[in-house]
Amino acid sequence: MPTSRRTQNAVKNRRHAAVVAGVLAGTLLMSGCGPAASDNTLTWYINPDAGGQAAIAERCTAESDGRYSIETSLLPSDAASQREQLARRLAAGDSSLDIMSLDPPFVPELAGFLAPVPDDVAAATTENVVEGALAGATWRDELVAVPFWANTQILWYRESVAEAAGLDMSAPVTWDQIMDAAESQDKDLGVQGAQAESMTVWVNALVESAGGSIVTNPEAPADEIELDLVSDAGREAARIISTIGEEGLGGPGLATQNENASLDLFQSDAGSFMVNYPFVWPATVGAVDAGTLDEAVLDDIGWSIYPRVYDDESAAAPLGGIDLGVGAESDNPELAYEAVQCIVSVENQAEYFVTNGNPPSNTEAYEDPRIADSFPMAPVIRDSLQDAAPRPQTPFYNEVSTGIQQLWAPPSEVDPETTPEQSTDFITAVLRGERLL
Amino acid sequence: MTSAVPAPPANPTSSPDSTPSVETRSTPGKKAPKQYSERARAERRLGWLLAGPAFVVMLLVTLYPILQATYESLFQFRLTAPDERQFVGLGNYGVILTDSVWWRDLGTTLLITVITVAVELVLGFALALVMNKALKSVRGVLRTAILVPYGIITVVSAFAWFYAFDINSGYVNSWFDWLPGIDENLNWFAQTGTALFVIMASEIWKTTPFISLLLLAGLAQVPDELSEAAKVDGATWWEQMRKVIIPNMKAAIMVAVLFRALDAFRIFDNVFIMTNGAYGTEVLSLLAYRQSISRLEIGLGSAVSVLLFLCVLIISFVAIKLFKVDLAGTQGGKG
Repeated sequence: MPTSRRTQNAVKNRRHAAVVAGVLAGTLLMSGCGPAASDNTLTWYINPDAGGQAAIAERCTAESDGRYSIETSLLPSDAASQREQLARRLAAGDSSLDIMSLDPPFVPELAGFLAPVPDDVAAATTENVVEGALAGATWRDELVAVPFWANTQILWYRESVAEAAGLDMSAPVTWDQIMDAAESQDKDLGVQGAQAESMTVWVNALVESAGGSIVTNPEAPADEIELDLVSDAGREAARIISTIGEEGLGGPGLATQNENASLDLFQSDAGSFMVNYPFVWPATVGAVDAGTLDEAVLDDIGWSIYPRVYDDESAAAPLGGIDLGVGAESDNPELAYEAVQCIVSVENQAEYFVTNGNPPSNTEAYEDPRIADSFPMAPVIRDSLQDAAPRPQTPFYNEVSTGIQQLWAPPSEVDPETTPEQSTDFITAVLRGERLL
Repeated sequence: MTSAVPAPPANPTSSPDSTPSVETRSTPGKKAPKQYSERARAERRLGWLLAGPAFVVMLLVTLYPILQATYESLFQFRLTAPDERQFVGLGNYGVILTDSVWWRDLGTTLLITVITVAVELVLGFALALVMNKALKSVRGVLRTAILVPYGIITVVSAFAWFYAFDINSGYVNSWFDWLPGIDENLNWFAQTGTALFVIMASEIWKTTPFISLLLLAGLAQVPDELSEAAKVDGATWWEQMRKVIIPNMKAAIMVAVLFRALDAFRIFDNVFIMTNGAYGTEVLSLLAYRQSISRLEIGLGSAVSVLLFLCVLIISFVAIKLFKVDLAGTQGGKG
């Protein structure tokens, strides 16, 4: 008897195990490959923010009366990693990419994987949109993504330092002026000298402000792309960067300084002038509210348009932001474009600026009275956006940008005589497939 | 010395009641007999059946990607332009091997490998000795304490080390400013030397426990009788170490060195988090990542990966053939 009971138990246990395994396998299969919750669910791949995009998704879902529902899915924190993930998913034909938040420099590379923008959507979403943001969403004269918000850098300064240096900040200033002022006051400049995307942003802004362009024919195939860094504009950009590096005007942390590190420096006692995005304002206000920063610092902060390279030529500030793309493999491209239209509405852009600090691409949104309260520098941002210059709009932007980062950082090793030429040779060789990056 | 070795323990794989079989272990002669007893054959069959599924899975997850990468490496192929895929033969390898970037990164990788393994070996040996000799009451606590760094995810430890040394958030500069060369303005990640120092220190901190565990296992296998006999003969501590203990755990040391060297050669996380390869700290794994993942140049990236794999094969080959590392060896100091 005991033997047979043992056998029975064993059989029972085995049956139990089989049931558990079956349920587990079933759950796994269902979660992995099952159909989506409903057919009108759209997935929006968003870059990390302070929750603004998720809030817009909820609002648009509610306003759609059940026609669609938007779920957000978070992308990695830096732009390069966002591109990597999107490119891999798009190339693999992932149909979950209904809506994507795209960094403008990567639009040309991914344009082939995006669903064409319907004419009515294009007409409705481009009215009153700043020039630079439109250029960033365009590839080969066709709108391939919808401008959402537009970012730009402005010049932030400590009023006490500018005053002590005798600098008149009511008119645009030049790089040489703020470099001299920082030196005379023994303070540090807040610029981004790290070997990262921010370095290309800086180089591009300097070259464009000096009347040049990094790439002259961005739409050409890889082996025919030509760079124009060996020029007066390229050499002038190199001179400014190398002077700041060699004379230590950017402080000891310059070679690893990104936008956040620049802000830390600017808020410290060594702070003087800083080129940076509008996020610094809510960040500084937040730090004062949280009690981690003295209110006197906040009261000492002023702002102006991005510094010029030549005093008689207006500056071309950096341009960033986010465009919305719809995946070509999406099951619901029409629905996705309907949702995109809701997302980029003037009200949503204004709300996003107020809550998250990301400026609208639509000039009409700046009329919202809440903006003047939270962002007293909004008019400067809007003006800066009108003159801002996009980074090279080429499908090989990653190669161009990484090449510049490798040769223009650290700033102290930049040489106006050799760096423009070296980087031109290097990037051209990489694009021709002759060199590793 | 070896004459004092007591008889080796019974072969742990054979059960006590098994009839003595004609297995290779029991016949130390050079030519192993090909004839097995009925029982040995059945055991071998069972062995294959048990290991078979794992073996097949191994082939699927390692051999297939290796073959695929080798195939892809013969093409010029950008993920975002699939229509322009073009066969280039060994062209990608030519580009890589004639590029100074490859050789610079190989040099950096080898430097990191040699220094970290050497330091880890010395530190790990000291820790193994401490663990081995520690009083029974504290042994458990001690082993756990030593193992903690190894239990931390590399990315997390890389961030911890990064923030400790970072010029904006770090405390190292203010804690150690009494040392020559360190002051509040030292930007560790702005030059090759200091950046590599932090990367290697983090790597050593994190993986020394692994090497000390392997060495502890080797140390435990050195019979106490040997060192006792040496002590009776009047050998000093250093002589015991040099002539009795280390020769008897040579196999464990070589296995530890080989495993760590292969790991160190494939270093990625620490560099990726701390410098992302900036300012001369790029290593080969990061170079492969940059080509295939960042540039989406699948062909070129695959070729870098294949070359990296060949380097790993060469290291293993050199270690196993030239230094005669016995991966299956449990008893050290045969020679």
